[in-house]
Amino acid sequence: MPTDQASGAGAGSIVRSAAQNTPLLLDIRNLQVEYLTPHGPVRAVDNVSIAVQSGEVVGLAGESGSGKSTLAHAILRILHPPALITGGEILFSGKDTLTMNMTELEQFRWRSVSIVFQSAMNALNPVMRIRDQLLDVMQCHGISKAEANRQAVRLFELVGIDPQRLDAYPHQLSGGMRQRTVIAIALALNPPLLIMDEPTTALDVVVQKDILQQIVHLKERMGFSILFITHDLSLLVEFSTHIAIMYAGEIVEKAPARELFTNPLHPYTVGLMNSFPSIRGEKKKLTGIPGSPPDLISPPGGCRFHPRCPRMMPECPVKAPANKAVAEDHTVACYLY
Amino acid sequence: MNKIPNPSIAENPGTTGPLLEVRGLTKYFPMGSIFRTRQVHAVENASFTVKHGQVVALVGESGSGKSTTIRLIARLLSVTKGEILYKGSNILKSEPGKASLAYRRKVQMIFQDPFCSLNAVHPIEHHLARPLLIHKMVKNRAELRERIYSLLSDVGLNPPAEVASRYPHQLSGGQRQRVAIARALAVDPELILADEPISMLDVSIRMGILNLIAQLKETRGIAYMYITHDLASARYIGDEILVMYAGNLVEGGGGEAIMNDPSHPYTQLLLSAVPDPQSGLRTRKEVTARGEVSSLIDPPPACPFAPRCPKVMEICRHSMPARTTIKDDHWVACYLY
Repeated sequence: MPTDQASGAGAGSIVRSAAQNTPLLLDIRNLQVEYLTPHGPVRAVDNVSIAVQSGEVVGLAGESGSGKSTLAHAILRILHPPALITGGEILFSGKDTLTMNMTELEQFRWRSVSIVFQSAMNALNPVMRIRDQLLDVMQCHGISKAEANRQAVRLFELVGIDPQRLDAYPHQLSGGMRQRTVIAIALALNPPLLIMDEPTTALDVVVQKDILQQIVHLKERMGFSILFITHDLSLLVEFSTHIAIMYAGEIVEKAPARELFTNPLHPYTVGLMNSFPSIRGEKKKLTGIPGSPPDLISPPGGCRFHPRCPRMMPECPVKAPANKAVAEDHTVACYLY
Repeated sequence: MNKIPNPSIAENPGTTGPLLEVRGLTKYFPMGSIFRTRQVHAVENASFTVKHGQVVALVGESGSGKSTTIRLIARLLSVTKGEILYKGSNILKSEPGKASLAYRRKVQMIFQDPFCSLNAVHPIEHHLARPLLIHKMVKNRAELRERIYSLLSDVGLNPPAEVASRYPHQLSGGQRQRVAIARALAVDPELILADEPISMLDVSIRMGILNLIAQLKETRGIAYMYITHDLASARYIGDEILVMYAGNLVEGGGGEAIMNDPSHPYTQLLLSAVPDPQSGLRTRKEVTARGEVSSLIDPPPACPFAPRCPKVMEICRHSMPARTTIKDDHWVACYLY
């Protein structure tokens, strides 16, 4: 990627922060994460810049293997080897998290940023009562046991579970209740930013809707921001203020949610939009996207989407297009624009 | 075409009458101890028909009994009560115990998870050769190979010779599901039971699989039962939609009729829960139903949706409503009508 254009993308986020006069809540700049495998490094996150302002819900959409969960784990610095952050910056309220030491990190995690993991089933310890798991988080951060107990009851009321269920084991709760429990744990220390990594993927549509409404309600009440990761673009359009589309480790398009929905530009975004049948209106044939997502061990050269792209041009396989601002807050990495 | 031993399900005498008719299909799973026997009412008194070359979408939440229903039709589970009529003949009577080879040839199944439904230690050609050999569809090796290659190209896996020699782990999820479809097609079935065939796949390749199913319906006249929890895809592919809740079919009819005029409160709830980017999550008129699916263990003889239903009446708690016709094929089991 040419450096002048790359810094152009970074400049976009700086403009956004300058207008506010306060640093962005979360500002990721040109982040790069690699998995060092025996077959060579796999660049799961490649030159990703994304920003979250306070009060925003930023959606990150991508298919499995596009690097969205790796990005979430990188923000909290909970990546395990062989994953390694090999470049870029992650600034939280202007503070670089990549230079934090262990003690700072312990305070940063959960107090500043907490995460709701994909599978509540696996995020909860099956042999510990829910109450102990909630208390554990709070006591780790220096809250007294009595206070933590009071807070646990308050949190359960907040997410809509009867506080009597605090003494249950995870297997005694339904899938929806488990997911609410995980959200309660994430909110335990009232962090300004919540990362949600596919929080509703394993749930039924009705429960999913219920939980999303609850999240919106809690957000309005407690004022946290959300980085919402999902593969379901239709969900994001409803729910978020900004959306970033990730493909094969790169962000290919970023725009306000409405703008992205009404005016998707990147052929991948257009293809994704074409992958969700609607429940109303004219029934039309949808094409989806031909081919399958690439193997990141040997990604296609140039634009990584070119083998599946219906509008490929001669330069696409040769050189990757840079992020280009096409409208206010709307950037796209494609030669068409 | 080889000889079919069972005359009752021999080649279709004409397209009069439905392909499959299910009457009062019921499945109870035993549980509990010898002192207190209890039963899980997985499917309760389900009746419906599948016409030749028609896609019937069976929609419901997880645990609603939709997979059990098609497993009963595939005869993978024994039926507690009820009749399955295939082309007018009661196959539970004519072939009690194990289903005949002829029936198994005519009714094929596609499973949800293409990562589990293919055997990891065998190449793709093995998976396609098995049904062809078991059902004695080919005379010699050359014909076998030819059939395998033509099946693979029918489902869009090219070049077939190369794909045939690969192992499942070398294929992507979408390609594996195409192999599973080819395996079902190998024996010229008349009815394919598809159990959430796209829910494990990446968003961008789902439409490809749905379009393949629709295309095979058109070109080969295959009928489908398509199981899903996603109403939008049910509408996209289904000629008819059946809605299942806690083991009971609560509404059925043409796809458009159900979408435009959902009558059962549960169908209304399901529809309102589908993410719909056209209207925001916050602004939408809400159909709310609190609580969760009631227990299926020895349920009382009531409408199963009564505890959650916003329009519940006293009678709903005491008996299960019968079916009422709304218009043409569209029926609902609810006391409101």
